Amino acid sequence: MPLPVESNEKYAAYAHPERLVSTSWVAENLAAENLVVLESDEDILLYSTGHIPGAQKIDWHTELNDEVTRDYVDGEGFAKLLSSKGISRDTTVVIYGDKSNWWAAYALWVFTLFGHEDVRLMDGGRDKWIAEGRELTTDKPVVTPSDYPVVERQDEAIRAFLPEVLAHLGNPLIDVRSPEEYSGERTHMPAYPEEGALRGGHIPSAASVPWGKAAAEDGTFKSRSELEAIYLGEAGLKPGDDVVAYCRIGERSSHTWFVLKHLLGFETVRNYDGSWTEWGNAVGVPIVRGAEKGEVPAKKGVRA
Amino acid sequence: MSTVPSKLNEIVEEFIEVPEAERLELLLEFSRELPELPERLADHPELLEQVVECQSPLFLLVEVSTQAGNPVALFFSSPPEAPTTRGFASVLAAGLDGEDAATILAVPDDMPQQLGLTRALSPLRMRGMTAMLGRIKRQINEQLEQN
Repeated sequence: MPLPVESNEKYAAYAHPERLVSTSWVAENLAAENLVVLESDEDILLYSTGHIPGAQKIDWHTELNDEVTRDYVDGEGFAKLLSSKGISRDTTVVIYGDKSNWWAAYALWVFTLFGHEDVRLMDGGRDKWIAEGRELTTDKPVVTPSDYPVVERQDEAIRAFLPEVLAHLGNPLIDVRSPEEYSGERTHMPAYPEEGALRGGHIPSAASVPWGKAAAEDGTFKSRSELEAIYLGEAGLKPGDDVVAYCRIGERSSHTWFVLKHLLGFETVRNYDGSWTEWGNAVGVPIVRGAEKGEVPAKKGVRA
Repeated sequence: MSTVPSKLNEIVEEFIEVPEAERLELLLEFSRELPELPERLADHPELLEQVVECQSPLFLLVEVSTQAGNPVALFFSSPPEAPTTRGFASVLAAGLDGEDAATILAVPDDMPQQLGLTRALSPLRMRGMTAMLGRIKRQINEQLEQN
């Protein structure tokens, strides 16, 4: 049985309040049966410095990615991974992490590729838990392995590949990178190393909404009305729009995907995980440099 | 000539000898041992250079002595919430602090790759580590020219 949904005024305003829980909800439910709490961090050593009691680590780099192909694990790999963490198909999974849940949202998005039904984020993530002085431990959780079924990954609904993005041109795109990456001034994040894209800039017509805009000072998601002001107001999305979000490798855009899909209720939102490290290296695809969105070219690239 | 000085070499071997899964634990241990900045620097963060290639804040300062051999003192500063970055800074501090300038300049640029962490850490991280070593070498060269 999934755990009850947290109900409060802030979450009730979101399209899918069942996708979020607060730090206090987690603290109260830690001992609940059929709940597994996972920590997904950008700095993969952080978990070992202290984590929520009972929480297990999930490593975005070594566990969710295929080691050879640039892709996510397959159904068998996912089943093996989740079984080792004692997760069953009907387990309520709560994910939290560092940096305003950026990598936690990435893990949640991958869980969604496999249709895991009850997966939620802990609003505010690791930093909020610590800021509130809640308990941390370095004790390794005791896990009873489960038998997670092999479920085939379903990419179509929430994941876009390069040819699909080319075909999508003319429809709303959100570029969640920093303004400097968007303009092409730099092809990597401020304060982050060069990521190896041959061209700088953005996909024509993409609106620039850096992912962090969706997070408040304390790392929690902004309220629905604040989010609407950003995405419907500034970025010009309209309810019902078919949206593709991208960044550099698809992690930051998972955060925005979560916001659009679960908090604002856009039905069709896809994350383009190839993102700039693919688009900025692809031959013949259209690119716009500078701060302007730019026009979709009449000829939609060589492969369209 | 590229060679790894003995103190650093011992650390590299320490990493390679443990199973891959334990290497991150070892890096975490190093992160805890990163020496604090001396007071004269702790009060003057502007004296340190930021390694912008690192995914988390890291600041470093290199002091090349004018004594024979130009021994080098290394100083690092990085917050506790950045253990991976701290860990690698700590490896360099333990392995290279006090060595002669020429010895540090001879460390191969790809030394971070030798720690056996390339599977466990993302390429972005590895580049941050390489950049840390690169900036140390650059600061040494700049100071040698000034001396």
